[in-house]
Amino acid sequence: MIDSELRELYQQVILDHNKSPRNFRKIENANKFAEGYNPLCGDRINIYLIIEDDIVKDISFQGSGCAISKASASLMSSIVKGKTVKEAEELFSKFHDLITGKLDDDFDIEELGKLAVFAGVREFPVRVKCASLAWHTMMSAVNEDENKTVTTE
Amino acid sequence: MKVETPHIEKTSFDVEKIRHDFPILKELIHGKPLCYLDNAATTQKPQAVIDSIVKYYSKINSNIHRGVHYLSGTATDAYENARIKVKNFLNASSEKEIIFTRGATESINLVASSFGRNNLNEGDEIIISGMEHHSNIVPWQLIAAEKKAVIKVIPISDEGEIIFEEFEKLITERTKIIAVVYVSNSLGTVNPVKQIIETAHNHNIPVLIDAAQAVNHFPVDVLELDCDFLAFSGHKIYGPTGIGILYGKENLLDQMPPYMGGGDMISKVTFEKSTFNELPFKFEAGTSNIAGAIGLGAALEYVDNIGLDTISVHEKELLDYGIKSLSQVEGLKIIGNAKEKSGVISFIFDNIHPHDIGTFLDFEGVAVRTGHHCTQPIMDRYCIPATTRASLAMYNTKSEIDVLTNGLKKITEVFK
Repeated sequence: MIDSELRELYQQVILDHNKSPRNFRKIENANKFAEGYNPLCGDRINIYLIIEDDIVKDISFQGSGCAISKASASLMSSIVKGKTVKEAEELFSKFHDLITGKLDDDFDIEELGKLAVFAGVREFPVRVKCASLAWHTMMSAVNEDENKTVTTE
Repeated sequence: MKVETPHIEKTSFDVEKIRHDFPILKELIHGKPLCYLDNAATTQKPQAVIDSIVKYYSKINSNIHRGVHYLSGTATDAYENARIKVKNFLNASSEKEIIFTRGATESINLVASSFGRNNLNEGDEIIISGMEHHSNIVPWQLIAAEKKAVIKVIPISDEGEIIFEEFEKLITERTKIIAVVYVSNSLGTVNPVKQIIETAHNHNIPVLIDAAQAVNHFPVDVLELDCDFLAFSGHKIYGPTGIGILYGKENLLDQMPPYMGGGDMISKVTFEKSTFNELPFKFEAGTSNIAGAIGLGAALEYVDNIGLDTISVHEKELLDYGIKSLSQVEGLKIIGNAKEKSGVISFIFDNIHPHDIGTFLDFEGVAVRTGHHCTQPIMDRYCIPATTRASLAMYNTKSEIDVLTNGLKKITEVFK
């Protein structure tokens, strides 16, 4: 028996992506890269991207982290592939609103697609950093903050 | 090699009666009874400690050592009485050897800074162990950088024990101080500090013992250990936060310059020169944490009344039971398997991150610590990012260990 709040946080999709993360590899010829670090729990994540004509042609990640951070990186990589950098940025902004509970009247969860499974995070403020680490790291890579480790602190 | 363990006698121990003394243990967390297993981070406080602080602020609050009025005298007596309790608790020779600090961290910083300033020169060496808390690493790095001194680290084995032979090899003519932890906060290892001190003294090297995770688990006698400095925190032995102790041998403390300047630590001040107060006041600049010291005194009295001998028997039984129970959880691997352990079980799963475990256990009412426990070099040593740590206190029970074990079994089902 698991508490409903917990069940909401650890949805099956999240458990699946934790167990078999998508795009969990290194892109050897990546043209964008950044390393993310969450000092609170020691989570580390490397994000690799190939961006051409402002489009995310390929994206992958490697690292270690909790189920929330791993599933977040996995789902992020699946969802932003093929999107423009601007679209990815907009998604992150919406995703951030979702996990921090900033759901105003015109918030449309449909736009987030599969990312909606992270809605449960808003009940766990200490886990927001886990869910957002991959996204912060990707944005840093895209924005060319080269050789800079992103931390969630 | 023989590891010194405290002499223990079996006597009756009423854990339910003890639990009754700790009001927070009646709290419900997410609707479940609190199962507090994060005692290495901080312990809960018995009513006697809470009462002593309330009494101080409601009856005798006043500044100490200066006033001529009644309250100041009473507060001074209460504060100095707490110092006597600490002195007796550690079996120190004199109250002059007991310095109130903010905690073990400040105690170590005091020694690193003050002893280091006088005794370290370029190329001199400081020895610490591979299982130190950051609080017994960083202060030495700061003074080492200032003095161009070198830090040498005693390696630890796969089981989580200091490799004694390697320690002996590290000692040279340049070694000026050795600082080691008595009980590791992330592995639970009880280090052979008596042998380390004996070896160091054969080379006339002073030793600092970080006893933050020791004094609450078994009797610690500074005369018997013959340590030169010993540090601990009040809040890990059922006392308040913001108060701690530095024990130091009088002859060493006497030679050391003040750590901070200010009121109370001086005898005479002119704009040209100040002369410093005698021990222990030389190291207590400014108004101290008076309520904290009194609370710590009450905590030590509480612990003494129960007896650390009986506490250590109870906790050892719990530890053995915990190790046995947790070992039966599928996929669980205990980190730190020293022969002599106290109070701590750190563990990992290959497929479940400690952070997820922490969140799941929280919903069972179980408080554990997940992360690197301020010992990142240990995590690097075992090539792991973090562990889950269950840490024990005198009020814990076998049924609480069962709650932990069953909670972990449920989690392994979810992450299957």
